[in-house]
Amino acid sequence: MATPPIIEFRDVARVYGTGAAEVRALDGVSLSVEPGEFVAVMGPSGSGKSTAMNVMGCLDRPTSGHYLFNGIEVGALTQDQRALLRRHYLGFIFQGYNLLARTTALQNVELPLIYKGLGRAEREAAALAALDKVGLAHRAHHDPSELSGGQQQRVAIARALATGPQVVLADEPTGNLDTKRSVEIMDLLQALNRDDGLTIVMVTHEEDMAAYARRLIWMVDGNVQSDRPTKGAG
Amino acid sequence: MLWETFKLALQAILRNPTRSFLTVLGVVIGVAAVIAMVTIGKGSTAQVTADVERMGANLMILSPGQMRFGPGSGGGSERAFDLGDVDRIIDQVASVETAAPSGNASLVAVFGNTNYQTRVTGTDSRYLLATDWPVATGRGFATAEESAGKPVCLLGETVRDELFGQADPIGERIRLGAMSCQVIGVLGAKGASSFGTDQDDVVLIPFKTFGRRIAGSMDVGTIYISVRDGYSVDRATNDITALMRELRRIGPGEEDDFSLRNMEQVASMLNSVNTVLTGLLSAVAAVSLLVGGIGIMNIMLVSVTERTREIGIRMAVGAQAGQVLLQFLVEAIVLSALGGVLGVALGLGLAAVGAQLLNVPFTPDPGTIALAFAFSAMVGVVFGYFPARRAARLDPIEALRH
Repeated sequence: MATPPIIEFRDVARVYGTGAAEVRALDGVSLSVEPGEFVAVMGPSGSGKSTAMNVMGCLDRPTSGHYLFNGIEVGALTQDQRALLRRHYLGFIFQGYNLLARTTALQNVELPLIYKGLGRAEREAAALAALDKVGLAHRAHHDPSELSGGQQQRVAIARALATGPQVVLADEPTGNLDTKRSVEIMDLLQALNRDDGLTIVMVTHEEDMAAYARRLIWMVDGNVQSDRPTKGAG
Repeated sequence: MLWETFKLALQAILRNPTRSFLTVLGVVIGVAAVIAMVTIGKGSTAQVTADVERMGANLMILSPGQMRFGPGSGGGSERAFDLGDVDRIIDQVASVETAAPSGNASLVAVFGNTNYQTRVTGTDSRYLLATDWPVATGRGFATAEESAGKPVCLLGETVRDELFGQADPIGERIRLGAMSCQVIGVLGAKGASSFGTDQDDVVLIPFKTFGRRIAGSMDVGTIYISVRDGYSVDRATNDITALMRELRRIGPGEEDDFSLRNMEQVASMLNSVNTVLTGLLSAVAAVSLLVGGIGIMNIMLVSVTERTREIGIRMAVGAQAGQVLLQFLVEAIVLSALGGVLGVALGLGLAAVGAQLLNVPFTPDPGTIALAFAFSAMVGVVFGYFPARRAARLDPIEALRH
């Protein structure tokens, strides 16, 4: 295939501090994610999975090694150029939802579209479509405080989807939810991957949730310890 | 995008209306002070100009001593004039139309049960000529009354109103201090002078009557002089000065011991006092704007800290540093511009009330308003930049963790 991987780490290291206080959060990680994959990243605390997500999301840059996003060397980009990558190609889902308070679901979903430069009507249509996709079109005009945790996370997913990203990065998306809501969220993500071909990389602590992915990367001490298909894959 | 940013700023401001209002209070007060000062200042300048036009640019005022300010400030140890000086000025200076002596005293005027404290001016009919002041009802002083020093008087509009109300005062007798005198006429209304005093708050009596019965001497405090048509004020000034130096035996090289002013000089002096006062008060107002700006900076810094996570979210979904900077900068500008709008409204209100109280015209100046408004917006730019830059420099990872 001529298509390059969406995400390609070549010997990526991310080092905080210097000398004795040096912490090697990522210590020479090499991996790649192809279009259409659904990858779960697991590992104990401090194994570097969040740092890996930050680098993938272009929020952070590797200290050494190469991160190629769609074949583009991210380490060579300025902060503003990386912001453009996030704006056009990446979607984020966080453990704590990170919705704007006192702002309706619709406005929250519209937020990335404002930065994309869409007009008001276009933006509203796209945001409503995204909310419809997560089954919350009827709650479009509610504030996050009027929504349950599961609903808030679905609004966050709609926000990540609204711009039509190539990759959605989810950082413990079910971390704050009970099992029933978690299953709903994972079903939704799985459907988006299966039906729309959305590429998803998800960090999680829970085996059950990781099982929804098709590939599991296990990290220990800033390195990939294992990388294999999940049982549910195929 | 800019419109979106503006709407966003407005939302953020209205989300906490009390805090926003208190934040801009400094700017409101500063702008209101500037607007009020400048508007009233311009009003009183316009008033002075109007006064001069009404009094006539031909009127000159001769008073003893140097560096005196306008009429009514006589007294002191300077050599006074006498009635002979008045006649000599009229007779010997071709450029002079007429001249009139005047002396002033503050007395209680009594009619029946009514008392009223007023200014009594001793002068003669030439004064009404020189100041172009008509007698509205009744008649002016007769020559015989002037030379004999008869107890007759002309009332200013205010005095007539205070003592007689709607009744006709002509022929009635009023008491001025210890002296009883008969009202023979009422002067036309003149309104307030450039000095802020009510010119109609006056009783005129013949100069000799004043000298004998009130002042106790025939010294002339101030001489009012009107310049003959066809002669320049400068020419008259030179002629009168030369005559007075001769009469008062002032040697060459010695300074005048009298001063001669025309109304334009008085007006320009008043206006320069006005300008200085307006300038000083505006400087105070500018300091208040500065303090207001610091208030805005303080609250914007708090706001940036409170909204760290929001900034992180915006950055994660693709906001560039410049866009975050713009957002907070616009918020500070909108905030201080709102303060400017409130301040302009408040300042115009204060100026309207103040103009009413000070009896000067209310003349709002669009230029000043635009300037004050622009200045308040600029306060937003200057004091909003630092907090906005702090927001723009946040690390999105740290901000999201906040």
